[in-house]
Amino acid sequence: MSITVNGRSIDWIKDETIKDLLKRMKYSFPLIVVKINEKVIPRKEFTQVRIPDNSKISVIHMISGG
Amino acid sequence: MVNTMDNKKSKKIKKILKNSSVGIAGVGGLGSNVAVSLARAGVGCLLLVDFDKVEKSNLNRQYFFSDQIGLKKVKAIEDIIKNIDKEIDIKTFDYKLDEDNCDKVFSYVDVIVEALDSAEQKTSFIENIMNKLPEKPVVGCSGVSGYGNISRIKYMNLGRLHMIYDDKAKDCQDDVLMAPRVALMANWQANVVLEILLGEDK
Repeated sequence: MSITVNGRSIDWIKDETIKDLLKRMKYSFPLIVVKINEKVIPRKEFTQVRIPDNSKISVIHMISGG
Repeated sequence: MVNTMDNKKSKKIKKILKNSSVGIAGVGGLGSNVAVSLARAGVGCLLLVDFDKVEKSNLNRQYFFSDQIGLKKVKAIEDIIKNIDKEIDIKTFDYKLDEDNCDKVFSYVDVIVEALDSAEQKTSFIENIMNKLPEKPVVGCSGVSGYGNISRIKYMNLGRLHMIYDDKAKDCQDDVLMAPRVALMANWQANVVLEILLGEDK
């Protein structure tokens, strides 16, 4: 019963949303791309999407400049 | 110097790249450098999207020249690329990418490069393109500002999303943007594009 976030293994919590997970991980970046397994989740779905057990999650912090 | 190294490899690469197409979202510091590098490498078709004009303040890092100030960036970069190789098929789109148009313009390219400026634009673009074009490889970049700190820059392969990434970099509003680091990260992106198109260099 665990998930991987940016390569780090942490406990899976039933019904945890992306918003909850970001809070738990103390990620406070304003603009991020969240990828769960093969899918990029749009920001507007962060409060609804629940994280499945065994998920591989990538959180990418987008920084201005280009 | 005559290239005698591996004629077979070189011919194969040339053939694949000539028949490849790459879409570049944004032709600023990242996109202008990516476009020129891929043109020199031999990519046959480049599709460039940007709504902006060349300004004097761009010249410290973007691949433009002082006599191009005031030109549309897509036109300016097209002129530069034609000067390198007039055979390259260049398609330019002079408008701002948004949720509704981003997938249509890029639906026929082999690889998409995210070379946008603001974090908001980068985030929306990657969200949209990854969901609307579920098969397409995307090469993004985040954290270009400053100079030095080379070992913080890393390559992340997240399935078909590839990132050149320095998560410790500051927002460009609070830091400087300088040619070496911007061009370096742009060329990392171009290098990843080649690997996607050609497969691993063994």
